[in-house]
Amino acid sequence: MGFIINSMYLAFAYHKLGAIPALNFKASLSFFAWTIIAAYLLFQLKFRIMVLGSFAVPFSAFLMLISSTMPISTIAMRPVFKSLWLPLHVIAALLGDAIFAIACIAGVMYLIQERQIKTKRLGAFYSRLPSLNILDSINYYAISYGFLLLTIGMITGSIVAQGAHGSYWRWDPKEVWSMITWLCYAVLLHQRMAIGWRGRRSALMSIGCFLVLIFTFVGVNFLMEGYHSFESLRGGSSL
Amino acid sequence: MITIVTIGMNHETAPVELRERFVFADHNIDDVMNDIRAIKDIKESLLLSTCNRFEMLLTTEKGNDAKESVIGFLSRFSGIPTQELEPTLYVYENHEAIRHIFRVGASLDSMVVGEPQILGQVKDAYRTALEHKSSSVILNRLMHKTFALAKKIRTETDIADSPVSISFAAVELAKKIFGDLKGKKALLIGAGEMAELAATYLLSNQINRLLVANRTFAKAVELADQFRGTAISIDEIAQQLQEVDIVISSTASSEPVILERQVKDTMRARKNRPLFFIDIAVPRDVEPHVNRIENVFLYDIDDLKGIVDSNIDKRKKEAVKAERMVDEAVIKFTQWLKTLEVVPTIVALQDKCEKIRQIELKKTLSSLDGLSDSQKKDVENLTLSITKKILNNPILFLKRKQDRDSQNLYLDVARKLFDLDSNNDDSEPK
Repeated sequence: MGFIINSMYLAFAYHKLGAIPALNFKASLSFFAWTIIAAYLLFQLKFRIMVLGSFAVPFSAFLMLISSTMPISTIAMRPVFKSLWLPLHVIAALLGDAIFAIACIAGVMYLIQERQIKTKRLGAFYSRLPSLNILDSINYYAISYGFLLLTIGMITGSIVAQGAHGSYWRWDPKEVWSMITWLCYAVLLHQRMAIGWRGRRSALMSIGCFLVLIFTFVGVNFLMEGYHSFESLRGGSSL
Repeated sequence: MITIVTIGMNHETAPVELRERFVFADHNIDDVMNDIRAIKDIKESLLLSTCNRFEMLLTTEKGNDAKESVIGFLSRFSGIPTQELEPTLYVYENHEAIRHIFRVGASLDSMVVGEPQILGQVKDAYRTALEHKSSSVILNRLMHKTFALAKKIRTETDIADSPVSISFAAVELAKKIFGDLKGKKALLIGAGEMAELAATYLLSNQINRLLVANRTFAKAVELADQFRGTAISIDEIAQQLQEVDIVISSTASSEPVILERQVKDTMRARKNRPLFFIDIAVPRDVEPHVNRIENVFLYDIDDLKGIVDSNIDKRKKEAVKAERMVDEAVIKFTQWLKTLEVVPTIVALQDKCEKIRQIELKKTLSSLDGLSDSQKKDVENLTLSITKKILNNPILFLKRKQDRDSQNLYLDVARKLFDLDSNNDDSEPK
């Protein structure tokens, strides 16, 4: 229900702005929250694991809360925002991030459950959490699809950059960190498919990768200067 | 006054030598039901007979007479003298009888608390009673309440959630590791009751294939036949570890059969697909350090016992919750029974007034000529509302008294005040 209303709001915002409503940090956080729920619902369809939601929903609500505490700022519209590549870039990147969040959640759940079984202390979560095999496959699916979307996000991103700045790659911190994130997940995926990493190691690494991703998403904006950071978007100087 | 009575024996009160004399099977159930119905004083009856219990549930107007005749019947039926039979029987009345059948249905009175079969057996007993038309208003409602309560207790407490046998606990663990067991392969090393039981559970969970290994190959072949599996020799185990997902080990070997190094090598070849060892043997068959290897899970007999023990504790805790729900249901049912006692008096009261009204109305209308139809209707309505209003307070009063001890007194007073028990059917008050 909340998902439908939020979807309607986002559609309305898109219409009003004429551009994807994820141009400043506030909006992109709330958009990220929306994509996490979207990703959760997609996985719910495939795996029917409600308990995933009890991790995903609070996380999403947390993002919404942060987003709503931020001041509303209007952004000067620029022609580059109207490009069709930009929404594609934002949606692919954020949905990819959201699916990686699901992978991370499944990883955490896996570690909890695996620990309970290994140490033979079947605690309160034991009966509520799904089987290790299901958690591992959620992790695997999430990483595969997340990786696909992240790749699309980066390619479309560079197309947008080409339109806006005239070059595909400018060694902007966000670009560099995205590349690092991409490489991390590429390694993880390779280990899974070629070496046969499973379970605990894969779960740990997907959590680690997600931390790198969070840094790319949040940290880079605050710590480093670049045209991707939303502050400079407002000023528009670097565009 | 109607009394609900339970007479029966269970695994706690009577040894199996006694209980087995009361097994009612399809071939003699009809005769038995007819015999019971022929017993004087019994209004409704229901017969429950399982391997752990035998009981009769009945309603009667004369509690003590009925009890005596039933015990007499049981003695004749089983050929056990009454004096010998009586100490093994429990007899409950009214709210105790209600509580008892509620507890039986909810599996609180079972040998293994929470076991699911008993409810089905109670349902069968009720179906038989219905077929023989020996169950009526009170037992019908009592049985429906029993089923509803059992279902409620199953869903709202965890009384039946956790496995309490070692083999079953092992299979539940396998499900938590592999999810669906369909398409999985299992290897049974050695033989033994628990190991074979676990293998049976695995097969009922539709595992794909069962391999059987044994020091004596002939024994392996024999077991493989029994489980429709494949027999392998003991030397093939190392190689088969790459293929199977679940290993149940229960050999008499004094040396470990499965070594840590061996499993480590296997995991590389398996590309880390999870492997679950269930080691039921004493001394253990699988080196304990195997549990440290990633994606390998090892449970020995003590681990499984630990789980079973904690599950039994959990069930006991849940049983407390369930007992509270039983208490509630007993109170509600007794209240309903009490209203049942008021009903005849209220009905008699209403009947009496209605008769008086009809007679008086007839008299009056015949002496009043020339009334139009609508005027006649008005007169009739007038009498109707007068009787209704007069009866309103007494009826409400009696209904309110339904759960008080004073109920009987007031019922008595009401019957005397309105002369409800006299037999003059002309209803002409003198």
